[in-house]
Amino acid sequence: MVDAAIYQTDALIAEDIDAYLEQHQHKTMLRFITCGSVDDGKSTLIGRLLYDSKMIFEDQLAALETDSRKVGTQGQEIDFALLVDGLAAEREQGITIDVAYRFFTTEKRKFIVADCPGHEQYTRNMVTGASTADLAVILIDARKGVLVQTRRHSYLCHLIGIRNLVLAVNKMDLVDYDQAVFDAIVADYAEFAQSIGIDSFTALPISGIKGDNITALSANTPWFQGPTLVEHLETVEVLSSVDADMPLRLPVQWVNRPNLDFRGFSGLIATGSVKPGDEVRVLPSGKTSTVSRIVTLDGDLAEAVAGQSVTLCLADEIDCSRGDVIAAAANPPQAADQFEATLVWMNDDPMHVGRAYWLKLGSQAVSVTVQQPKYAVNVNTMEHIAVKTLDLNAIGVAEIITDKPIVFEPYRDNRALGGFILIDKLTNATVAAGMINFSLRRAQNVHWQPTDLTREDHARLKNQIPKVLWFTGLSGAGKSTIANEVEKRLHLMNRHTFLLDGDNVRHGLNKDLGFTEADRIENIRRVGEVAKLMADAGLIVITAFISPFRAERDMVRKMLPAGEFIEIYVDTALEVAEARDVKGLYKKARRGELANFTGIDSPYEPPEAPEIRVNTVEMSAQEAAEYIIAQLLPLK
Amino acid sequence: MSDMTSKARLTHLQRLEAEAIHIMREVVAEAERPVMLYSVGKDSAVMLHLARKAFYPSPPPFPLLHVDTTWKFQAMYELRDRMARDSGMELLVYQNPEAAENGINPFDHGPLHTDMWKTEGLKQALDKYGFDAAFGGARRDEEKSRAKERIFSFRSASHGWDPKNQRPELWNIYNARKHKGESIRVFPISNWTELDIWQYIQVNDVPIVPLYFAAPRPTYEWEGQLFMADDIARLERVLGYRPEIVERPVRFRTLGCFPLTGAVESTASTLSEVIQETLLTTTSERQGRMIDKDAGGAGMEVKKQQGYF
Repeated sequence: MVDAAIYQTDALIAEDIDAYLEQHQHKTMLRFITCGSVDDGKSTLIGRLLYDSKMIFEDQLAALETDSRKVGTQGQEIDFALLVDGLAAEREQGITIDVAYRFFTTEKRKFIVADCPGHEQYTRNMVTGASTADLAVILIDARKGVLVQTRRHSYLCHLIGIRNLVLAVNKMDLVDYDQAVFDAIVADYAEFAQSIGIDSFTALPISGIKGDNITALSANTPWFQGPTLVEHLETVEVLSSVDADMPLRLPVQWVNRPNLDFRGFSGLIATGSVKPGDEVRVLPSGKTSTVSRIVTLDGDLAEAVAGQSVTLCLADEIDCSRGDVIAAAANPPQAADQFEATLVWMNDDPMHVGRAYWLKLGSQAVSVTVQQPKYAVNVNTMEHIAVKTLDLNAIGVAEIITDKPIVFEPYRDNRALGGFILIDKLTNATVAAGMINFSLRRAQNVHWQPTDLTREDHARLKNQIPKVLWFTGLSGAGKSTIANEVEKRLHLMNRHTFLLDGDNVRHGLNKDLGFTEADRIENIRRVGEVAKLMADAGLIVITAFISPFRAERDMVRKMLPAGEFIEIYVDTALEVAEARDVKGLYKKARRGELANFTGIDSPYEPPEAPEIRVNTVEMSAQEAAEYIIAQLLPLK
Repeated sequence: MSDMTSKARLTHLQRLEAEAIHIMREVVAEAERPVMLYSVGKDSAVMLHLARKAFYPSPPPFPLLHVDTTWKFQAMYELRDRMARDSGMELLVYQNPEAAENGINPFDHGPLHTDMWKTEGLKQALDKYGFDAAFGGARRDEEKSRAKERIFSFRSASHGWDPKNQRPELWNIYNARKHKGESIRVFPISNWTELDIWQYIQVNDVPIVPLYFAAPRPTYEWEGQLFMADDIARLERVLGYRPEIVERPVRFRTLGCFPLTGAVESTASTLSEVIQETLLTTTSERQGRMIDKDAGGAGMEVKKQQGYF
């Protein structure tokens, strides 16, 4: 049972509230996470910290006592884990699914602690918690030692850039506070830590349940000299405070224009400091100016530092908008369009090589494609494994190509300009966290070979406007038949055409590709590139591919000049296409002999706004072709 | 604020302020039609003040939305109208017509009162105006399911929250992308505690409803708790009798509908005294509110899944 006398608040609150508030107002803040394997006692430790720092009210304590007896796992004792596992599903299953944020204050500091899930399937939630943390407490069950999840979480913490690590060897009460057990675990962990590049960590023997070495040194571990966990948390140096000494980086979030006389650039200073009179450079344009004012509601500032949200005015009318970075003029970051990055994949849908995703870095958002990973990391052995893609919770290294240059710095130098997320363009889900390792020089090495004859010259000689007529629709919808009819008619009209047919291309150019989602994306990407080259040569290119995914069709559209990509949707109901079954493929798919067949066990995403739509139930192939030609006129 | 200019480390309040301002600017840059939910309480007061700071010298580029139950304290309506005027923001007041028609009230209808006026009212208002992002003043230290919520909390087209499948939220990079009809609730003061709110109000002179300070007020007892008779005539009409009214020195730790918001006897009449009382108290802030008790331990989580803030 809980000793009610433990519940006391800071004496200064009652004696001199203003003095207390003055002291509290100037406290710094430490954000940390607890992580480690399932059942290592993370939630219990946080419950203990809240309890010992008097952050639990009487009504909450009463509810906790009731809950502990009802669903707790500690017999008649208080089950602190129930304080932090907040979701109904978590309490039912006795596990932590998502990060919970908790708050407590000591005399020296204010703390935000994120309790991170231990289960591997919730790794993305653990990374969410770690990304904003200054410090990580990695718990180990003294009876079990270093486990897979301990290694995994340590690696993730290290990867995400947490430099302050605490190794809390928990449940020491269950191993009779044996120093030999503690020393063996620390030695074991030290070996592993060194192998992944963790330079230092602080090891503590604790018991979350009993409270040993949490706030006071425990008599049960006379061999341990301290510090206690709370002492360490109160005094550890927060690395983010050195950000102010780095060169200025201010990603512009929003341009403030209340009237014609005021133009301010708002954003959170990522690193460095700024004063009126400082010379700054706006990237990626590279234009320079001088800071004229730092504007706030409370009056202009003489200086602002990393971590503050400000609005800057510049002396010159230079172009600057959301996504640009205002930087120290003498020491600006670079811009590039190809990177090597480390990715943590966070979605059930695996990474699709070649598919376009949104990349968001600071306030910049660009379209990107990810190349096949160079390798994935086996977090148990730290081995590099060759892989074709990244699945949920996989960590790997891959090259990323953006559709325009972005302003960046390597993640190890600057989190704010090196960390990014990838967003699926169709579902809008956040699918990956990424950290830029370095930019690839290749962009500068592979130059476009300038040619004297332009694509316009090629087209002019053929007396036509190049186009790509992109037929899409289910297998058996009639794409190839109609495409063939269209080409014949264009040929009679003296137009220079070329028909790329799905089946034909797979006999040559794409014969190495199968029908998995990744291979289908690559299939379309290659066809798109070929179609683009042919359009550059002045041809009217006709393609007939199922091309089931919107994202890939949009990717090809973006390769071509505006107006040259004509999406033609051959709209045929699945029942109709299946009834026709010209190649007998539907029957095979239904029998399970053909996997990933569009319409059966692989989705078809119809175009939302095709340039031309034909319905093959209402029209014959010839009528459809006539209709398409009519829509295409004039052709020059 | 002069110490903000020193190279010394930022204090926790300065870090929290900068974070909230950053969040608000992201929303304005990325959402098509943002709105700020304004409940007139102390958390709303701080959120509104932060919005004025974030966009100064422009007024905050979104309206204030008050989802009204018609049962708020008179003093709340007064401050609401004054703050809208002072901030130069458009004020939208929404009252669920169905709740009004059926005379839904806290005495006869229990949990249905909150459900109809607040949860349904909020959903109707967001749909009516087509808001795709709504700022809310919820804090993670308030309640267990809120402790788990992201800063950008994604909601389905029917306003539902899926706590088991939240979007990962990395660093301070927020994903505001959504399909038509879907929306995002944004909580800029997620990481603030009750003490942070009070201290910020004190340091920045943020105007709050006087009901937070103790004063002699007409009170009555109902189901073992003390309430303020803010509108005696209306109380009498709904109850069918005149409750016994006693003048007591009371104040409120949170503000909502006056028949649902328990008063505490107090002499704390200055901010320092209020903070002192808050810190010395042994019960949690929401304890005076009846909403959390509706469905046992998971009350708020269920409400949130249904679309309540």
